[in-house]
Order: sequence, then C-alpha cells, then structure tokens
Amino acid sequence: MAVPSVAVQPRSSILARLAESRNALGFGFMLPAAALLLVFLTYPLGLGVWLGFTDARIGRPGIFIGIENYQYLWSDGVFWLSVFNTLLYTISASILKFILGLWLALILNEKLPFKSFFRAIVLLPWVVPTVLSAIAFWWIYDSQFSILSWALQQMGLIDHRINFLGDPTNARASVIAANVWRGIPFVAITLLAGLQTIPQSLYEAATLDGASRWQLFRHVTLPLLTPIIAITMTFSVLFTFTDFQLIYVLTRGGPVNATHLMATLSFQRGIAGGQLGEGAAIAVAMIPFLLAAILFSYFGLQRRRWQQGGGD
Amino acid sequence: MKFTRRDVIRTTAGAAAGALGSRFVGSSAFAQEGLTYKPEEGAKLRLLRWSPFVQGDEDQWLKNTKRFTEATGVEVRVDKESWEDIRPKAAVAANVGSGPDLMLVWFDDPHQYPDKLLDVTELGDYLGKKYGGWHDGPKQYATREGKFLGLPLATIGNAIVYRESWVKEAGFSEFPKDTAGFLELCKALKAKGHPAGFTHGHGVGDGNNYAHWLLWSHGGQMVDEKGKVTINSPETLKAIEYAQELYKTFIPGTESWLDVNNNRAFLAGEVSVIANGISVYNTAKVNKDKDPKLTEIAKDMRTTNLPIGPVGKSVELFQVTTAVIFNYTPYPNAAKAYLQFMFEDPQMSDWITSSAGYCCQTLKAFDNNPVWKADPNNAAYAKASATLRPNGYAGPLGYASAATMADYVLVDMFAKAVTGQATPQEAMEEAEKRANRYYRV
Repeated sequence: MAVPSVAVQPRSSILARLAESRNALGFGFMLPAAALLLVFLTYPLGLGVWLGFTDARIGRPGIFIGIENYQYLWSDGVFWLSVFNTLLYTISASILKFILGLWLALILNEKLPFKSFFRAIVLLPWVVPTVLSAIAFWWIYDSQFSILSWALQQMGLIDHRINFLGDPTNARASVIAANVWRGIPFVAITLLAGLQTIPQSLYEAATLDGASRWQLFRHVTLPLLTPIIAITMTFSVLFTFTDFQLIYVLTRGGPVNATHLMATLSFQRGIAGGQLGEGAAIAVAMIPFLLAAILFSYFGLQRRRWQQGGGD
Repeated sequence: MKFTRRDVIRTTAGAAAGALGSRFVGSSAFAQEGLTYKPEEGAKLRLLRWSPFVQGDEDQWLKNTKRFTEATGVEVRVDKESWEDIRPKAAVAANVGSGPDLMLVWFDDPHQYPDKLLDVTELGDYLGKKYGGWHDGPKQYATREGKFLGLPLATIGNAIVYRESWVKEAGFSEFPKDTAGFLELCKALKAKGHPAGFTHGHGVGDGNNYAHWLLWSHGGQMVDEKGKVTINSPETLKAIEYAQELYKTFIPGTESWLDVNNNRAFLAGEVSVIANGISVYNTAKVNKDKDPKLTEIAKDMRTTNLPIGPVGKSVELFQVTTAVIFNYTPYPNAAKAYLQFMFEDPQMSDWITSSAGYCCQTLKAFDNNPVWKADPNNAAYAKASATLRPNGYAGPLGYASAATMADYVLVDMFAKAVTGQATPQEAMEEAEKRANRYYRV
C-alpha cells in the first residue's frame, strides 16, 4: 500500500499568520479608527472631566479638589441662569426648527416648478459661516441701526426703535430667532430626504381607502418619518445646545447674562477668566443634558422595529 | 525644553546705546550704560499683536520691525488678531507651551501665567533708567514681585468724545469737569434730542472703562489692599445711584452695546457724548470714504477727560498692553533684542507719533512726544499712563482681578441696577457674592 506523500509546508512567518487571522486583521483595520477616537475624543473628554475636578488655571496645572468646582457652581446664580437660558434656547429653537423645517420639507416634496433650485437655495443659511450670519443679525438687531425697527417705523407700526438685544426677553427671543433661521435648512433637507424614501404606493393605497390629506400625513408620512425625525432632531438639539458663535458675536452673554449659554459661560470663565477648572466643570455639566438627547434618539429609533412589525 | 543661555554683552563704551540715540533723553549718563543682546544663530521670531485701531500704529510697528531685521538679520513675522481674541490666544500659548515667541497682551494677562514668561527685568530696568522711568500704572501690569514679566508697551487712553455744537446748544459753554455738572449736561442734551451713550453691555474695553470710572470716581472699590472684597459699600451705592440717573439720559439700548456700538452711534450722529479711545476721532478725521457728513462731525468733535467725582481726582481704568516673551521661545536673546530695539528711541517715539494719540507712552522720557500737541483732541489722551488705576484696585493684580473683570462682575452690577432688574442694594450684594468667588473669601 502506497503511503501518500505529504508535502512539507514551509513554516509561515508571524506576519503571514497574522495576515490570515480574521481577528488580527479585524483588530488591525479597527486600529486607525480606535486611535483617532482615543486621541481626539476620549483623551480631550477625559482631560476635560479631570480638569473639572482640579483648580487648574491658565499656566498652572492645578491640583485635585474633588467636587469643589461643582459646589461653587451649585451656589452660583449666573451658572443656573446659563442652564435656564440653554434649556430655553435649545427647547424653543428645536421645536421651532422642527415645525418650520418639517413644513418646508413637505412643501419642497411637492411638485413645484424649479424644485431643484429651491432645494439648493434653502440650504444657504446653513452654508453661510455662523460668524458671518451672526454679524448680519448683529446689524439687524442693532439698537440704533436695525433695519427691522426702521422698516416698522416707516410703516408707522411702531414709534420707537425695538431694543432687540438690550431687553432680556427680547434678547432671548432674538438669539433664538437667529438660531432658528440658521438651523431650519438642516432639518428641512434631512426630513426631505426621509420623505422621499416613503413609497408612493402607500399614499396611493391610503388614498384609495379614502384617507384625507391630514390622515395621509398622520398615518403614513409621520410614522414612516419618525426614525429620521429622531436622528435629525437629536443632531439639531446637540448643535443648538452647544451653540457658541451666535451668542458670542451678538451679545457676549449680555444683557446682564440674559443670553449666556453654558458653552459661552464655560469659555468666559475658563479662557478669558483663566479658571480652566471651573470652565471645564461647566462644560462637563453639559454632558448629562447631551446624553439625555442621545438617549432620546436611541429610544426614538427603537420605534422603527415596532413599525416593521416587531415589538417595542 | 532646553533654552539657549542668555548671552548678554555689556559694553563699557556705551557705543551701542549711543548709536540708537535719544531725542528726548538729554542725559548722557544713561547712554553710557549700554545693553546689547546678541541674537542666536539663525533666529526667527513670531509676534502676535492686536489688530490696529489706528492704521499708523501698525504701519510704524512694521517699519520698525523691518529696521530691526535689516540691522540684525533676524526675521520677525508679525501676526495680528482682533484685540479681544488676544487674551484667549495668549492663554492657550501659555498653557500648551507653544505659539508665538512674543505677544502684545492686555491688562492682567502677565499675572495669570508669570511662570510662562521670560524674565525681562534687566531690560526693563535698563529702559527705565535710560528713559526717565516707567509710569507706575502700566509698570504694575508688567511687574510682579519686583520682576518684569514683560515690558509695558502702551496705555490706550479713554476720554470723553463729544459734539461741541450740541453741548453749546444744550447751554454749556464748556464741558463740565465734575460728575454733578456732567449729569446736568446729559439731561440737557437728552432734552435737546441729542442723548449721550455709555456702554452697559459686555464690551471688554468700553464696558469696563465706564463701570470702573463710575465706581472709582465715587470712592468705591472692588477690594481693599489685602484683596478683601469691599464692593458692598456706601460709596458703591452712591455710584450706582448716580449711574441710574445718568442712564435715564442715554439713548435706549446701551445695555446691549459691545465695544464698537458707541463708535458707530456717535459717527452716525445718533449720540452726542461717548467715552472712547482717540480711534473714533481718527476714523472721522481720516474719513476714508470722503463722506461730507463725517467731515462735519470731525470738525465738531472735541475730547476731554472724564469728569471728576466725589473722590476729587481723575481715576480711570484704561486698557494697558504689555509686550511679553514666552519662555518656550528658542530665541530668547533675539526676542529681547527685538523688544529693546522697538522700545529705544527713535523707534518708540516714531511709533507713538504714528499712533496719532491712540498709544500713550509708558516711559516718561516720551511724555513730550509732539503728537500730544499735534491736534487739540489728542491732549486728553496724553496722560493716560500717568493717571491710570490698575484693575482690581486697591488689591493685587492677578488671577482674581482678571477673573472678576472677565466675568463682567462690575459691568453687570451697574447694568442690572440701571435697567431696573435689581435694586442698587441687590446689585451690589450680588456683585459682592460673585467677586468673593474669585477672591475666595
């Protein structure tokens, strides 16, 4: 009986073995992304959290002081005012951006003449750098040279200029309006993309069943758009919550801190005021709110399973 | 980081100092003590300065820099940023240990990171001796425990800028010298439809200048000599009550004003009186667009010092800029040589002249620069360095004074009371509480 000859395999190098290993390859491919995340996300975040527990100042590393920064903030009226302002700013602007953005998306989804042109032009406020649009709003809201005041005076509707940025209530409304103007395109275009994924056949079937326009929207459009609404609004909320440039250009947090957001207060105290530790603590205090927004998105997205026949 | 050891060459003949010359210093004894820094081989410098408010300042600074490069072969790159962005940039440079070799910083900045700055005591003492001594106010911003953290470069004077014809129309033949007369003038101006306007918003320069003048002119102070917060005082109460009366005479909206708003409103003829640097007058005088309306405004513009309050003397904040060298620079000698060159005559006197009254000298020998008599409106800015009172008076300069100003504690105190959001007592108590956080009482 002939013994089959066995070819002697040359001993493979470690490199070759690694190249054939699925685990090693997977790890290798993930490494650049992991390194980027570690260096540019985890490290700064970790450093920020650490700084919040120190009395670091500009040019001085600082020592661990536990939760002293947070205790100071707890009893600081300006900090709580900034929390209130941030929540008011984020909630009001996000609701307005959602309503107006959805409305715009529905209009742009209709058969309109020059549809592509309109879709492109709607993006303009989003495309213009924030600082530039903020400077434009600065002029629009100027206490002496506001075009709005001028126009309303010319029309005889008001007899004195509107104190847009001097009165606390007006100032809050003004910065919210500027943020809404800037944020609508993002919401509108993203929701428009979502609207276009809804099969036309569903509308036809519902129409044959005698559904009204409102019922079409309520029972076809809205449920199918929910996942995209969740993700769009999460991003919108995150952008709004962390807004800085608009406030910095328009009011620097004034009048009397009426428009100070947590982000602007963090900068004012951490960099301009030199108290890195306290500035970092304010920034870290934003994290729970941001996490809440992300969780909102997570649970919002879960609805998708339900829509596809699964359980929640 | 390893630094090149400072290489200081003292000359006994005083030839170098003599070569630089001095128009203002008659004493040859000072010129005998020469000080020369030999730049390192292949040295290149980068300076970050604030964007100019008067073009002549930047033009002359660059000319002087070019002269330095021609004389030493050391290239100097001069970058500029908006003046409000200098503080965060300097803070970041100090913290990360990287960035420009030299910077022109503001207010208490050198006191926030003294360990990150190159000691320039030798140069500071040398220039002080040679040019008749430093003015005390700017020197305080640049020195700590007897050491120069930087060189006091200039004080940006702040003065009343007004429309002469409107003041006369209001029944005042000359501008009132005291706070009581000033209030009467503002009332009269308002009645004539030409209100005044002073910044109550978060304007780093104008907001703080105005708030500190209000407080100090009435004898109030944020802290005492030991750094104990003393803002809650009868003097402060008087200052707030005065501010409330004055505010009633202002054009509406000053609580939203940032640094540029008063200039804009004044040059548009909306307000009759503001407090500002000479830059607003220069803008009207230069009149780039040849606007006839602006030409008329420039002719009608006058400047004077802010009125004196119950304390009986002129007390003002003013912005002070200091030239600092970060100790991470690989070329400390070149950087010192550069600063020495820029501060020596004729460079410094040329620069002061070209700044057209915007930059007030910090060295006494330059007090008689012809610029202060070149235009009657420049005179109000001539003594800014001599009369200024440092931030956080009467306490020490440092982190707490810087943080209190950066957080607009004083600006907010006045704004809150004048707009009726708080009573004077409440506003004062809140300011006290906020200031205590920084002074850690």
